[in-house]
Amino acid sequence: MILAVALVLLVVGSVLFHFLSPWYFTPIASNWGMIDDTVSITFWVTGFVFVAVNLFMAYCVLRYRHKRGSRAAYEPENKKLEGWLIGLTTLGIVAMLAPGLLVWAKFVDVPKDAAVFEAVGRQWYWNYRFPGKDGVLGAVDARFVSDKNPLGVNPDDPFGRDDVLITSPEVHLPVGKPVKALLRSLDVLHDFAVPQFRVKMDLVPGLVTYAWFTPTRTGTFDMLCEELCGTAHFTMRGKVVVEEEHKFREWLSSYPTFAQSLARPAGDAGAGKPLYATCAGCHGAQGEGNPALNAPKLSGQGDWYLKRQLTYFKSGARGAHEQDVYGKQMAAMAATLADETAIDNVVAYIGTLPDAPAPGTLKNDAAEGRNRYVTCGTCHGRNGRGTQATNAPRLAGMSDWYMVRQLANFKQRIRGAHPKDPYGPQMVSMAEILPDDKAIADVVAYINTFK
Amino acid sequence: MSYVAHDESVFVRPAEVGEMELYHPKTFIGKYIWSQDAKVIGVQYSITAIAVGLVALVLSGIMRLQLGFPHVFSFINPSNYLQFVTMHGMIMVVYLLTALFLGGFGNYLIPLMVGARDMVFPYVNMISYWVYLFAVLLLMASFFVPGGSTGAGWTLYPPQAILDGTPGANWGIILMLVSLAFFIIGFTMGGLNYVVTVLQARTRGMTMMRLPLTVWGIFMATILALLAFPALFVSAIMMALDQMLGTSFFMPALISKGQHLDYNGGSPVLFQHLFWFFGHPEVYIVALPAFGIVSDLISVHARKNIFGYRMMVWAILAIGGLSFIVWAHHMYVSGMNPYFGFFFATTTLIIAVPTALKVYNWVLTLWRGDIRFNVPMLFAIGFIFTFINGGLTGLFLGNVTVDLPLSDTMFVVAHFHMVMAVSPILVIFGAIYHWYPKVTGRMLDDTMGKFHFWVTFLGTYAIYYPMHYLGFLGVPRRYYAVTGTDFIPESAQSLNAGITVATLVVGSVQLLFLFNLVWSYFRGRPSGDNPWGATTLEWQTPHTPPKHGNFGAELPVVYRWAYDYSVPGAEKDFIPQNQPPARTAEDAVDATS
Repeated sequence: MILAVALVLLVVGSVLFHFLSPWYFTPIASNWGMIDDTVSITFWVTGFVFVAVNLFMAYCVLRYRHKRGSRAAYEPENKKLEGWLIGLTTLGIVAMLAPGLLVWAKFVDVPKDAAVFEAVGRQWYWNYRFPGKDGVLGAVDARFVSDKNPLGVNPDDPFGRDDVLITSPEVHLPVGKPVKALLRSLDVLHDFAVPQFRVKMDLVPGLVTYAWFTPTRTGTFDMLCEELCGTAHFTMRGKVVVEEEHKFREWLSSYPTFAQSLARPAGDAGAGKPLYATCAGCHGAQGEGNPALNAPKLSGQGDWYLKRQLTYFKSGARGAHEQDVYGKQMAAMAATLADETAIDNVVAYIGTLPDAPAPGTLKNDAAEGRNRYVTCGTCHGRNGRGTQATNAPRLAGMSDWYMVRQLANFKQRIRGAHPKDPYGPQMVSMAEILPDDKAIADVVAYINTFK
Repeated sequence: MSYVAHDESVFVRPAEVGEMELYHPKTFIGKYIWSQDAKVIGVQYSITAIAVGLVALVLSGIMRLQLGFPHVFSFINPSNYLQFVTMHGMIMVVYLLTALFLGGFGNYLIPLMVGARDMVFPYVNMISYWVYLFAVLLLMASFFVPGGSTGAGWTLYPPQAILDGTPGANWGIILMLVSLAFFIIGFTMGGLNYVVTVLQARTRGMTMMRLPLTVWGIFMATILALLAFPALFVSAIMMALDQMLGTSFFMPALISKGQHLDYNGGSPVLFQHLFWFFGHPEVYIVALPAFGIVSDLISVHARKNIFGYRMMVWAILAIGGLSFIVWAHHMYVSGMNPYFGFFFATTTLIIAVPTALKVYNWVLTLWRGDIRFNVPMLFAIGFIFTFINGGLTGLFLGNVTVDLPLSDTMFVVAHFHMVMAVSPILVIFGAIYHWYPKVTGRMLDDTMGKFHFWVTFLGTYAIYYPMHYLGFLGVPRRYYAVTGTDFIPESAQSLNAGITVATLVVGSVQLLFLFNLVWSYFRGRPSGDNPWGATTLEWQTPHTPPKHGNFGAELPVVYRWAYDYSVPGAEKDFIPQNQPPARTAEDAVDATS
């Protein structure tokens, strides 16, 4: 009796939940509305079976419960009934499978006019590549991959010279144009997924996979890695900005071609020396940092990281948050660097400064921080040396008080939440695993033990 | 009224095989530790599997704490979160479900139900358990090695499984792979036993088409396992070689965190094919015994023959066969040739037909039955409801186009937990309430059993039904946190919190079940030989619990199928399989009048 009521309530509850709950597909932003349609068909067919069979079961449970003197019927089989049930089920299956296969036929058949771009995944971020004027992407090979050639484009392939390299997790696409995403991984499996496009495909090292779609409305859409790719998997995010064609062209032209990035001269430390005089006021003549002036140690830090942060300060991606008092100071100073060449030069000069470990200022328990650092070490290295390949700056021997402040800033989204700081959200997510100030100080105290 | 029984015979062929000689242990250790008695081995398997399952249950609770209340429990970090996910999955699928259904129920029930004195190879059977235990201990050891257990996900996909950047990429993954290899070695010894016993040691009159569906389910699942596990075995060995010796079976040229590694030319997709060639049949290795057992539970407690026995057997065979040609539906977005999608979507949806037929026949068995709501029956009905839900969502994921937006989301997690976690577990509970009296001679407590059923059945539905909708929203699986995702509304977090609360409630009520198991062993109501009035041979033993050799001096002779319930004209509402038929229909009428 109770069981029959419970079954009916579960059926009714499930149906109501389906129609009333606020959790369902996000509004679609691509041409794949027919995927949603196949889902709807599947819902109608399976929903009917769900309701019918369960209500019939509830009826049986109620009607044929044991009563004094009752006895079950004896009917070993009923071929006719079973035949009918098999037939109807087959019909339902065909009703779901046929539209599914038709849509899949469209999905595997890329339109001839689809524009090609490449999304490259690596632990734990995205980069992209667009073909240049020739419309052809240059050849790639894992053995060409280096910090200077992060996507491994073959320098001898003429088709690759004019490829535009997007060294950012954010990609822009023109609205209303079909695009074919070629997908490539440098290390492990990843997955290119944009929930609002309903499109998803794995990246497999050693293969190039693809997916195609037409973005149908402008806006910014979250892109997620949806194939487990290691500890920082959940922070491997990208953004797809869909915009008008001319804005897209403008954005694309702001990135260098492969040839340009190769031709870019290394920074000139000699030219950077006079520029550094301004910096030295706070950061010290040897780049050793000065806690009293809130200036962290610079010497020994990765040049790629210094360059990115100076660029951020200069462009307003960092030091723009109203609570970031010291960041604002630095933004004003970075503004005095004229251009990218000036930044390269001053960074080159910092690279020549002697690298002595910054004195530790924390008294916290390094042993407590050790367990917490396991996650940090995934990108920053077991010994905190940092590496450009994972976008992780050096931590070992750097100013501990500064790391404490930055972790707090990331946690409170004072740093890392600016829309022009695409790598920031990753560290925001990671800083959140440190529950309080003590945890932050513990983990930095552990970093202080690195030699 | 002249009545002719469904399947009974007066003539039974004489035995072709002589009585087997049993090893008779003289010491306590020989009887209960190094035992060669399939019943003791079955209990050993069951206790070990349940114990290791409890570890996995605790791990799932920890995972849910993180998802429901992110950043509140700071001992959970992104590294060990993945380790918990991985160990939970692998333990539950292989070391609990497979071991309990085949090693536990298979050992206990097969010889009893087919009317044999023991398994055909008792000594090998004993070794099988000890190898399994060794595999479990190796797996548990991986929690304590440097770097901890592997966090590669239970699918263990390379390259990440063996690369720095995934937790436990050194010792953890090696121990996992070696443990799996030992599990498979142990299972193969047990599995050959089950198959040969069913084929060769059935008592006189027990034709294949008179076997209870429980035996059919376990028998077919064992055949699947014997064919599927080798694929996992070779992939485990190959991945271990990639990790330890630097071979490149699954490893292409790649750059790990800026370092060029020496691998070249391997294929990560090959591993996925091998894994799922094992992994999909694995679903049915768990499901078929559950199908078989639940058929018998429903029939016994509805006092009615299973509806369409022959179709049920054919459905088991068809599902078993088809399960080997659907594996790549786990790989629609894996980067394999997308044209495979057409083939695998079609085969996958075809498998729904025999599966649906089984569901219909379970419900039609209830129809015009005389249903007793004993605790095993409650669990059986709970299973049907849960399985209908989980089976239907399989039609979403099996259909390649529908899979596209749902793959790798919480929808997948909800689906497979519904269909191959909750459903089989409900059957396991039902089966334990059903056969506990035979194993111990005492009934499990009814009140505790009913409470356990209601909380488990309603609780698991509250956990997994709403979870599907997180998947529609696009919430990915295996994410430690979804911070900074614009398309996921705040309300999704409230839903996650609710799911976690339900998980903790369901998890804690399992303690009551364990208490019931122990309490009833000492205080339970004595059950007698056949408390449910069942027809199958295990209830017709001269002793309860059955002694070594099962059937006393004479093996039973079988005259009829396993489902003679409520036969018109019969005195009782069940006729045991070993009850000789009346000579003629007139005799049968005379006997009851």
